[in-house]
Amino acid sequence: MNNNIAIKAESLTKKFGDFTAVDGISFEVQKGEIFGFLGANGAGKTTAMRMLCGLSMPTSGKATVAGFDVYRQNEQIKRNIGYMSQKFSLYEDLTVKENIRFYAGIYGKSDAFIKEKTAWLIDQLHLGTEANKLVKSLPLGWKQKLAFSVAIFHEPQIVFLDEPTGGVDPVTRREFWSMIYDAAESGITVFVTTHYMDEAEYCNRVSIMVDGRIDALGTPAQLKQSFGAQSMDEVFLKLARKAVRSAD
Amino acid sequence: MRTLKFLLQKEFRQIFRDPAIIRIIFIMPMVQLIVLPWAADYEVKNIHLSVVDHDHSAYSRQLVSKITASGYFRLESYTSSFAEAMEAVEQDAADLVLEIPGGFERNLVKEDEAGLFIAVNAINGVKANLGAGYLRSIIQDYNREVRTEWVQFPRFSPELQIEVTASNWFNPLLNYKYFMVPGILVILVTMVGAFLASLNIVREKEIGTIEQINVTPVKKHHFILGKLIPFWILGLVVLLLGLLLARCFYGIIPAGSLLVIFGFAAMYLLAVLGLGLLISTYTVNQQQAMLLSFFLMMVFILLSGLYTSIESMPGWAQAITKINPVSYFIDVMRMVVLKGSGFRDIVPHMLTMLGFAVVLNTWAVVHYKKRS
Repeated sequence: MNNNIAIKAESLTKKFGDFTAVDGISFEVQKGEIFGFLGANGAGKTTAMRMLCGLSMPTSGKATVAGFDVYRQNEQIKRNIGYMSQKFSLYEDLTVKENIRFYAGIYGKSDAFIKEKTAWLIDQLHLGTEANKLVKSLPLGWKQKLAFSVAIFHEPQIVFLDEPTGGVDPVTRREFWSMIYDAAESGITVFVTTHYMDEAEYCNRVSIMVDGRIDALGTPAQLKQSFGAQSMDEVFLKLARKAVRSAD
Repeated sequence: MRTLKFLLQKEFRQIFRDPAIIRIIFIMPMVQLIVLPWAADYEVKNIHLSVVDHDHSAYSRQLVSKITASGYFRLESYTSSFAEAMEAVEQDAADLVLEIPGGFERNLVKEDEAGLFIAVNAINGVKANLGAGYLRSIIQDYNREVRTEWVQFPRFSPELQIEVTASNWFNPLLNYKYFMVPGILVILVTMVGAFLASLNIVREKEIGTIEQINVTPVKKHHFILGKLIPFWILGLVVLLLGLLLARCFYGIIPAGSLLVIFGFAAMYLLAVLGLGLLISTYTVNQQQAMLLSFFLMMVFILLSGLYTSIESMPGWAQAITKINPVSYFIDVMRMVVLKGSGFRDIVPHMLTMLGFAVVLNTWAVVHYKKRS
C-alpha cells in the first residue's frame, strides 16, 4: 500500500433500504492534501463522510482511513482523525477552556500537553477574554473556528470537516480557510465538504458528487478545463443539473 | 479511567450549571413530600349528610347528634321531605341521605325494632362506600347504647355481644403519612434515576454532541458509565434529602437501619438507570423520551401499590406489579421505615433488583450503538 495515501475508497456504497445514498464511490486522498468534497444537498456527501469516520457502517465496498480498514479497525481510525460535523458540536454550557480540556482529555492527552496547547490556542484565536466564558455566548464565526481548533487539537492525521463554514460571514470564512491552510501545512490531511464554489478553488483537488456518485474529480484547474468553464461555479452547475434526485 | 474522569467532570459541570436540573433535584422533592402526603389520605372526612327525619322524636335527634359528633359527617340539611334531600344529592351537595321513618321511636320502644334507610351518592365511589360504612357502624353503636339503656340488669342480658378491639401494629395511629411518605420518596428517586438520566442522554443526541463523542476513541462503556454515575449519585442525594424532609415535617424516623435503605436504593438505582438508558436508546429527541417516561411513570405508580393495595388487584395486574421495579422499592421502604426490617428480610427484593439491573443494562448496552 502506498504510504502517501491518507484515505482510499473503492466502490464504497451505503444503502438505506431501497435508497442508495452513496453509490459505489472510489477515490484516493494524498497525505497533506486539502480535498474538497462537493455536491448538492442530498448528493450523499455527509453519508460518505460518516462512513469514513466510522459513524456509519458501509453496505459494501472497501475503504481505508489513515491505513486502517473501516470495517475492522474502526477504533484505530478514531484515534487518528478529527471530525467537525454540520451541527455545532461543542458543549454550549461549558466554557471555551472546558471544551478544549474535555475533548483533549478523552483523546488521552496528558495534562501538561493540554495546558500548554490550550494557552497557545487561546492566544492564536484571540480568545483571551472569552476563555472562561460559556461557548454559547460566542458569535457563530468564533464558535466555528473554535470547533475546528478542537477537532485538530489532538493532532490527528486527517480531519473531516462537514460544511464547516455554513452561515458564516465572508471575512470569517477567509480566516477559517487560512486556519485550514495552516493545518494542512503542519501535515494534517483535510477532507472538507462545502457548498461554496469559491472555497472549492482553495482546495488542492475536488470531487463533485451527483446522486450518490462521484461525477468529476481533479484539481480545480483541470475541472474547469475539461468542462470548458470559467469558474468552479459553472462546473458545478453543469454537473448538478444532471441530478435526478431532488434535494432534501 | 482517565477518560472516565474527564467524562464525569464534564457531566457534573453541566448538571450544576443547569438550573432546571437543580430545581428538579431540590425543589421537586420538597413540594412533593410536603404537599402530596396530605392529599393522599384515605381517611374520608367531611362527608355531606342529608337527614330526612319523618319522626322528629327524642331518639331520632339523639341519633343525628351522635352521627354529627363523630367528626366524619357534616350535616348538610335536616328536612322532613325525601324529595328535598334527593335534590341536594342531585346538586352534589350531599353524599349520603339518611331517612328516619315516621314512628321510628315508637317502633323502637314498642316492637324492639326499627328500620332506617340510607341512600348513597355513588359518584365518588370511595367516599360513598366508606361513608356508608362509617354511618352503619355509628348506627350499630347507637343501637347497642339504646339496648343497654333498656336492659336494667346487664348480667341477665339475653343478647350476647361480641366486642372487637383492634390494634394497628407498626403504625399504631394508622397515620397515612407514615405509609405514603416512604412511597412518594421512591417515586422521586425513580424520576431522577430513570428519567433525568434518559433525558440527559437524548439531549446530547438532539444537539448532536453525541456524534462528536462517537467519533472519538471513547469506549461505549466509559460513555455510559460517565452518564450513569452522576445520576446514581443524584438519586441517592434526593433520597437523603427526602428522608431528612420526612423527619423534619412528619417526624418519620425509619425504624430500621438507614444502611439497609441506602443499600437497597443503590441497587435499585442501578436498575432504573438501566431503564433510563434503554429509553434513551429507543428515542431520538427529548420530546419522545419525555412522553415515553410519562407513560411508564403512570403505569409504574398505579401498579406499584403506592395508592392501592396490590393484593386487591386482579391477577393479571398483580402479575404486572411483579415486573415493576417501583413496587419492590416501595415494599422495602415500608418494611424498613415502618417495621424496621433488616438486610436479611429484603434479600429476595435485593436479588430481584439485581436481576432487573443486569437485564435492563445489558439490553441497553447492546442496543446502544456508536455506529449506525
